[in-house]
Amino acid sequence: MKRLFAAATLVTLGVTAVFALWVTPERENQGFQAVRLLYLHVPTAWVAYLAFGVTALTSLLWLIPRTRDAAWDLIAGASAEVGVVFTGLTLVVGSLWGKPTWGTWWEWDARLTTTAILFFLYLGYLALRRTAATADERGKRCAIAALIAFVDVPISYLSVTWWQTLHQQGTVFNPQNKVLIDGSMAFTLVLAVVAFTMLYAYLVMERFELARLEEGREARELAQAIAERIAAEPVEVAPA
Amino acid sequence: MTFLRDALLVAGKDLRIERRSRVALQQIVPFGAIVVMLFAFALDSDRTLLHEAAPGLFWAAILLAVLLAVGRSFSIEEANRARDGLRLSGLDGGSIFLGKAAAIAVQLFLLEIIVGIAVVVLYDVSVRGVLVLLCSGVAATVGLAATATVYGVLAGGLRARETLVPLLVLPAVTPVMLGATRSFEAALNGAPSDAWPWIQLLVAFAILAVTAGTVAFGPLLEEG
Repeated sequence: MKRLFAAATLVTLGVTAVFALWVTPERENQGFQAVRLLYLHVPTAWVAYLAFGVTALTSLLWLIPRTRDAAWDLIAGASAEVGVVFTGLTLVVGSLWGKPTWGTWWEWDARLTTTAILFFLYLGYLALRRTAATADERGKRCAIAALIAFVDVPISYLSVTWWQTLHQQGTVFNPQNKVLIDGSMAFTLVLAVVAFTMLYAYLVMERFELARLEEGREARELAQAIAERIAAEPVEVAPA
Repeated sequence: MTFLRDALLVAGKDLRIERRSRVALQQIVPFGAIVVMLFAFALDSDRTLLHEAAPGLFWAAILLAVLLAVGRSFSIEEANRARDGLRLSGLDGGSIFLGKAAAIAVQLFLLEIIVGIAVVVLYDVSVRGVLVLLCSGVAATVGLAATATVYGVLAGGLRARETLVPLLVLPAVTPVMLGATRSFEAALNGAPSDAWPWIQLLVAFAILAVTAGTVAFGPLLEEG
């Protein structure tokens, strides 16, 4: 089943690549060929937001006693890992597109800045995941951290938007500059979003499986070490 | 009522420790002052530039000092297993949070006054719009102290606490950094009305941070 899904993902990604590179036209006001980065940038950004949404949701499910399950914590971690990678990709691809189009690698636009903040927030979350000792302790700390990060993002977005509108007028994302999307472009964009969402689902499934195996191995090794220790130590008889 | 009394008890304990150990006075205050000086070196002591950037530099210095203050606030709980004592004290988690956050806020506020004087003297800033400065300063300080306390306990007892806390706190407090800097800028530029939306943002942030901390602190204290 999973193999079939992986194959379907690969095919969709391949078709997207063909459309993005050869079928769709270049755009004058979007850096000519650079417009093709759009088919990478939009889906990676979408997957990043989706991933962090899933992390928040599964963290919440872990925190509610009635729905608590160790799997939620592992899914939250797997999703956040994929999310951080895709946020990084979004920033890099956006930067690569920005240089030829805007003439600058970085613009202090609200969306860009918030995405960068998001990147660091969840890097912190992943660092926290790696340091906690037991699964239960990690579950609690990380679920709370994920929810705080999730609440923090809209406030950050608001503050950065205000900062920009109160300070420098007319950022790059003005509505007049919008690309009039050509039919094949719109289709490719939708296809790319579908392909990357499938890729996301596949990566999370694999990462979750790996995390579960890791946890199982740790528990087994601990049990084995305890058993060996008990066998090796002579039983002491308490003095009367 | 007992909730607030317990919070005052915890805050009093933390502040008493600080008064006796003088770590905040002898280490965190000089740290804030040297950061203010470092910014002047970085900007080549260009008076107009320093003058213009003063609000941002002030809050950047405070933000760095918050990291030290929260590290200190939780390292005193590590010594002599004081954390276990807190857990066994029977105090409500929320009131412990309020107490610890309040103690950090009081220290930060004192630090802000001292660093503020340093900024006025060294960057040639003339103080205007005191009411706006005070309101935004208090709201920002409460938000910073509460956020730092939540992340302090979140990373408490972990091996990499010292390095983890800055990574967790700094991205989370960007709204405070922006809001406090902009409202200070508005006040000092003689346009205090521009500051009100920012003060509202700072107050909203502070309320959210205090609420989140009061709810989450108890369960988090049981770990580590």
